[in-house]
Amino acid sequence: MQIKVVMAKLGLDIHWRGALVVSRMLRDEGMEVVYLGNQFPEQIVDAAIQEGADVIGLSTLGGNHLTLGPKVVQIAKEKGVDALVIMGGVIPEDDIPLLKEAGISEVFGPETRIESIASFIRSEVNQSIA
Amino acid sequence: MEDLIGSFEKKDNVSLGKMLKEVENQTPLSLEILKLSSFRKGKAHIIGVTGPPGSGKSTLVGKMCKKLATMDLRIGVVCVDPTSPFTKGALLGDRIRMQELAKLPNVFIKSLATRGNLGGLASSTADIVQVLDAYEMDVILIETVGVGQIEFDVLGVADTVLLVSVPGLGDTLQTLKAGIMEIADIYVINQADRPGADESVKDLNLMVKESGKREWSPPIHKTVATQDSGIDELIHDITAHKKYLERSGLWKEKRQTRNVTRLYSMIESLLAQRVEDHINREESLKAKVQDVMKGERDPYTTSHEIVDRLIAKHNSYQYGG
Ligand SMILES: Nc1nc2c(ncn2[C@@H]2O[C@H](COP(=O)(O)OP(=O)(O)O)[C@@H](O)[C@H]2O)c(=O)[nH]1
Ligand SMILES: [Mg+2]
Repeated sequence: MQIKVVMAKLGLDIHWRGALVVSRMLRDEGMEVVYLGNQFPEQIVDAAIQEGADVIGLSTLGGNHLTLGPKVVQIAKEKGVDALVIMGGVIPEDDIPLLKEAGISEVFGPETRIESIASFIRSEVNQSIA
Repeated sequence: MEDLIGSFEKKDNVSLGKMLKEVENQTPLSLEILKLSSFRKGKAHIIGVTGPPGSGKSTLVGKMCKKLATMDLRIGVVCVDPTSPFTKGALLGDRIRMQELAKLPNVFIKSLATRGNLGGLASSTADIVQVLDAYEMDVILIETVGVGQIEFDVLGVADTVLLVSVPGLGDTLQTLKAGIMEIADIYVINQADRPGADESVKDLNLMVKESGKREWSPPIHKTVATQDSGIDELIHDITAHKKYLERSGLWKEKRQTRNVTRLYSMIESLLAQRVEDHINREESLKAKVQDVMKGERDPYTTSHEIVDRLIAKHNSYQYGG
């Protein structure tokens, strides 16, 4: 099945190019990536609903990740969206367990190789369908 | 099944999103969704927006939606991207230009890629548009790049087609003249803040005049989408075009023609599939195809033989032979 990803920069991290770079790489991995630019949780979830996304990708430079990241998961749950939520960017090591506890499936640092992001997405999405 | 009918009645975005996902992925359920929605469609005004990449289509669609949303209308947007015909992956960026719409509850945006099958893009767009229509959207905007055959097919479902260009593209338009003249109902010169807009309008005016007198003479608009300028006038003419379609009977006629065109294209693809299956099942036919491949047998005779045989076989089933 074709995997569709909605990718957003969380909040106001305007200068962060990571989201676009990862989007291009996931495209090259054969996925469809709908790029939203900067958006807040409510709008990100709405876009995922409209696009029928299997995955919500959140990119952050840090600072807002502990509040806005879990909020995406929470709103998605409230609205009945069962997309995988993943996060990437500059995130302190100590915060990762907190994010996972809040329902973020995986957190990728800036050095993560695209293959591991892509294979994580594939295995999780295929699992949820089976 | 009952859940499905229920979600047509509920008209909330979450169930609409789920239905469109089924249709986009062509799941077994999607056939049921399409069957149901085919009786509920027909009321939405379907507007196609086409033109070269970078001309400002997404920005313009965003501004038009913003305006239409204040008129208390339900709006669907379908962004079709035919730019990656050979790969499965795609980067769909039209929503970045429509960020203002994110907070409007009455706007629903869907991005579509080719999925490596350019030929199927027109029918998958038509399917998505049909479901949005059945969900009682008042207006559906389809954005697609370019003015080639694929866009022509994609825009087959549109009632009103806008061709968006920028100043200085006059010559390009001239060379594409024949196709464009038939397809565009309204011309837009966007980025009119850049030099040469008035000349472009003049050129287009000439082109429209040269093409002879028609019942609907395509108006030409100057817009600056980034500054919200010219949008009201544009919407005014889009509405005027809808009224013209209704008055002239074309509104109904187009829908009926579309229904039949869809039927025939479905018959065609079903038949093509059946014929292929038939050939693959019979060694003698596979051998004939091989001979055609090597140039030892002519395709004219062979195609007749294969089709005649399939039909003969079908008839003998029918009559118990
Ligand atoms: N100067 C100017 N730039 C515009 C105008 N409309 C859109 N743009 C810019 O043109 C670029 C392409 O716009 P976009 O809407 O993505 O074009 P599309 O590829 O046709 O959908 C963006 O950088 C827009 O900000 C306009 O009226 N004037
Ligand atoms: Mg665009």
